[in-house]
Amino acid sequence: MSVQELIKQGAEARVYKSVVDGKLVVAKQRFSKAYRHPELDQKLTRGRLNQEARSLRRCKECGIRVPEVVRQDKYGATLYMEYIEGLTLKEWIIGNGDEAKEKELMSTVGKILHIMHSNNIVHGDLTTSNMIIDESNEVVLIDFGLSQISPSVEDKAVDLYVLERAFISTHPNSERLFSAVLESYGTSAAAQTVLRRLEDVRQRGRKRDMTG
Amino acid sequence: MASTETTNASKTIIALGLEGSANKLGIGIVKHIYPNGIPSTDTGLHPEFIELANVRDTYNPPAGEGFLPRDVAAHHRALINPLLKQAFAEAKITPKHIDCICYTKGPGMGAPLQSVALAARTLSQLWNVPLVGVNHCVGHIEMGRAITGADDPVVLYVSGGNTQVIAYSQQTYRIFGETLDIAIGNCLDRFARVLKLPNEPNPGYNIEQCAKRGTKFIELPYTVKGMDVSFSGILSFIEKLAKTESDKYSAEDLCYSLQETMFAMLVEITERAMAHIGSSEVLVVGGVGCNERLQEMMGQMAKERGGTIFATDMRYCIDNGIMIAQAGALAFARGFTTPIEESWITQRFRTDQVHVKWRI
Repeated sequence: MSVQELIKQGAEARVYKSVVDGKLVVAKQRFSKAYRHPELDQKLTRGRLNQEARSLRRCKECGIRVPEVVRQDKYGATLYMEYIEGLTLKEWIIGNGDEAKEKELMSTVGKILHIMHSNNIVHGDLTTSNMIIDESNEVVLIDFGLSQISPSVEDKAVDLYVLERAFISTHPNSERLFSAVLESYGTSAAAQTVLRRLEDVRQRGRKRDMTG
Repeated sequence: MASTETTNASKTIIALGLEGSANKLGIGIVKHIYPNGIPSTDTGLHPEFIELANVRDTYNPPAGEGFLPRDVAAHHRALINPLLKQAFAEAKITPKHIDCICYTKGPGMGAPLQSVALAARTLSQLWNVPLVGVNHCVGHIEMGRAITGADDPVVLYVSGGNTQVIAYSQQTYRIFGETLDIAIGNCLDRFARVLKLPNEPNPGYNIEQCAKRGTKFIELPYTVKGMDVSFSGILSFIEKLAKTESDKYSAEDLCYSLQETMFAMLVEITERAMAHIGSSEVLVVGGVGCNERLQEMMGQMAKERGGTIFATDMRYCIDNGIMIAQAGALAFARGFTTPIEESWITQRFRTDQVHVKWRI
């Protein structure tokens, strides 16, 4: 293996660019957290490593574009994946001025999320930093560390809610973007059920703002 | 004095702050000094801060019970006069020195908020001093910044009613993460009731003391969704353990495991927000922010990232009047007042609804 280059230090993993069998890969190494109880730490680190690999494989089976899993190193708590060249959706939105293009891309995101949820994959950390627009202009979902396989309408609605909040906090005055995502998401009856639940989740959000 | 000099003359604002959104009635008086006058709007405000008074009285229901809004409101009504007198005696000033009366507009419980707003309106008319309605959460943030000197931190606001990860941008305190259901303090308070822990000085403090004697880690549900958390599942799970299997699990181990699990969730979402924003400072505010274990865990996380943690003690963490005076005085310096006909209160008032005119 060649020299590794650190490309991102996230909250709980270091992401390196590396080469495996002549292929450019990213190595996502989870590290242990001193603040966490050792038992909890081990449970989370192992669980998330496994779940990320599992969800990535499942997405691929459903035709969702995600980085391909190259190797899973349980002892090194490292997941090796295909390296995706491109901009994050966050960077793309900030750099883009074309509203029609923007709308088109948001519908694509909505459609992808719909396929993902129809297959009971819940991402768990949808943000505009966790989507990459690759060189062929395809949307690639990454960062499945908090994902789970769940048929629950509630989990899917919360998944969308987390994305909505990411849009609001990261991209001020971007309501139209998330609306376009939801519009293309909600075409089936099952998706409509999730959207109705999303309303409830939002309401809960307002109500929970109670005493100081 | 020549007219050119008056613009640069020292300016002082003395603000009275009244807080009563939950079971604490707090009265504070703060003095802000701008040695060269109030700077123009392209500069943030950093006045010299002098605490003149910070007094508080807490309504505590008996062990095993929560507080009801009407009882809390009665407590506030009964104590606001004596507490006001105490505050002015401490500050060694008279009402004629007060430039503005700041009160909590929300969020909080309706009846207690209302009783304190009524007192604020009365004083405003009696003394002919303008009112300033303050967002309770923004009060916590501004107090934390003033006391610790943290300039632009990621803020974790944890209390009986709120659990939010906040960061400032474009004159708004934006909420990056929060609880999807109940607040952390609410979860701790309710579990204290199950264990029949006393409500003095506060239930969370007693859980913390109990947790210090715990040794065995019991696995509990751990629910983090992006930068959001959920506590209701943990609460029902641990309530069940405490009620049905108390022979198997000691109260100490339950409190210990509850704290370890919930605080790990909070530290995780705070760290995620810090990584997302690219910030290395974290400020912990709100009643649960007094918890030393939470501060320790947050400190470890910050250290691993090469960052710094800022926290305050019980005088400022727990709801108090001076934080309302602090945030109100900053808004007042930028010309904000609340006319009497708009001096209502609201139970729902989100942190990101405030235009933070005093920062740039």
